[in-house]
Amino acid sequence: MKFLIGLHINPAVIDALTDDEKAAIGEGHSRFIEALKESGELIITQALVDPSQAAVVRVRNGQPVVTDGPFLESKEYLGGFYLLDCENKERAIELARQIPDTAIEGLGVEVRQVMFSDGQLEA
Amino acid sequence: MTAPAIEDLLRELTPQVLGTLVRRYGRFEGCEDAVQEAVLAATVQWPAEGVPEHPRGWLVTVASRRLIDQLRSDRARRERESATAAEVVPEDVPDTDDTLLLLFLCCHPTLTAASQTALTLRAVGGLTTVEIARAFLVPEATMAARISRAKQRIKAAGSSFAPPVGAEREERLRVVLHVLYLIFNEGYTASSGSELHRADLAREAIRLTRTVHAQLPDDSEVTGLLALMLLTHSRRAARTTAAGDLVPLDEQDRTTWDRALIDEGTALTKESLAAPALGPYPLQAAIAATHADAATAEETDWQQVHALYLILERIAPNPMVTLNRAIALAETDGPRAGLDLLSTLDGDQRIDAHHRLLSVRAHLREKAGDSAGAHEDYRRAARSTASLAEQRYLESRARRVRP
Repeated sequence: MKFLIGLHINPAVIDALTDDEKAAIGEGHSRFIEALKESGELIITQALVDPSQAAVVRVRNGQPVVTDGPFLESKEYLGGFYLLDCENKERAIELARQIPDTAIEGLGVEVRQVMFSDGQLEA
Repeated sequence: MTAPAIEDLLRELTPQVLGTLVRRYGRFEGCEDAVQEAVLAATVQWPAEGVPEHPRGWLVTVASRRLIDQLRSDRARRERESATAAEVVPEDVPDTDDTLLLLFLCCHPTLTAASQTALTLRAVGGLTTVEIARAFLVPEATMAARISRAKQRIKAAGSSFAPPVGAEREERLRVVLHVLYLIFNEGYTASSGSELHRADLAREAIRLTRTVHAQLPDDSEVTGLLALMLLTHSRRAARTTAAGDLVPLDEQDRTTWDRALIDEGTALTKESLAAPALGPYPLQAAIAATHADAATAEETDWQQVHALYLILERIAPNPMVTLNRAIALAETDGPRAGLDLLSTLDGDQRIDAHHRLLSVRAHLREKAGDSAGAHEDYRRAARSTASLAEQRYLESRARRVRP
């Protein structure tokens, strides 16, 4: 089963961390990625640029309307994701628990099963 | 022999050759590499030079040499005594099929189901890593890592390569059958992306189950599983519309059901039911055969379907079986009786919010004239499923009963 683990980050929470704490998060992700690659459960992981760099695109009356900034004004933003293929939802949650963000007050990750998948077959 | 015929022959022989090597040398990983190389050599040589008189012996000899070369280069500094090992390989291979031994190994209990299926398709099915990755819609690197991890686990478990005996053998065979069932289901419930590749998985599962059946013709569970697969597969063409929408059993065009598969599946079902102890697969096959026997949905012998589910519920209690019995009961005793039985599953953690429970309840509520309840359940079921085709179907049902 495929699951997307969304990393919901709060820039204010991240900013309040010490350098050591930030470094520990980075190392935690590196270890997590290595373990996932080795177990054959990682499809892909990507981190996104700051939400301030996002553009929201809407088409109104056939005309594109592009505004800078995130879709929703919120304290939390999607900071990145892991796309996994694992045994079941229990395993996905077990894996999610190993993500360092989950241990930080104010942060959490979201686990959702994938329903439709395409586009990677020729990769 | 034509190239496709050679390819078929090679796929049939690969697991036998690998099984022989594993039994003889015990190193699964090394043996697998060696067999792959031998098969590659055959793919190149046989179409040009003709198929050797004893193709299996040829493959065993070539693979054994590759394995020994590999072992030799691993211990490059050792003395030349291993050179004699190459001479030990008998040219004449005894006519035993080691496919079963290989299946036992690939379905090793220390592996997850995902690894068992991947390894089985690779080592016994002879599929390439790329083919398996495509069938499961994951990148090749992901699947390669999974397969290599599985091999390491088998090695680390220090598994004995001798076939398991007694109760352990029975237990391992159940795991093998379950893995084959999972492979079949993966193909049968193909719902998105590359459906063609996934349908091949169902065919592959049938092929592998046939191999096991040929080895163990008197095992009623094996016979029952093969029958179940054939009967289920017989409805493949009727099961979806050209647009990929699901067609429920009672609305399927039964003239498109594959008669040959039904006949074979029905005969195997009868055979499996004759065994002294009745197991879950023959019973499920019997249910499928009862449906196959009805020329129209109205002619279905629901009394018999219900009785079979009742026995299945007793020997293998499972909320999914109760759920299916409720459908049959609703046909014989009316939708209220079915709903009453369903309510016994309320609060059962295993199935409580499962889309299947919701969709069956919706269906029975619809039959009982409770449009509002049915509408709500269809919509909740549609939100709960992870299958796009199923979601489309449930949403169309929800629209139809909108109060």
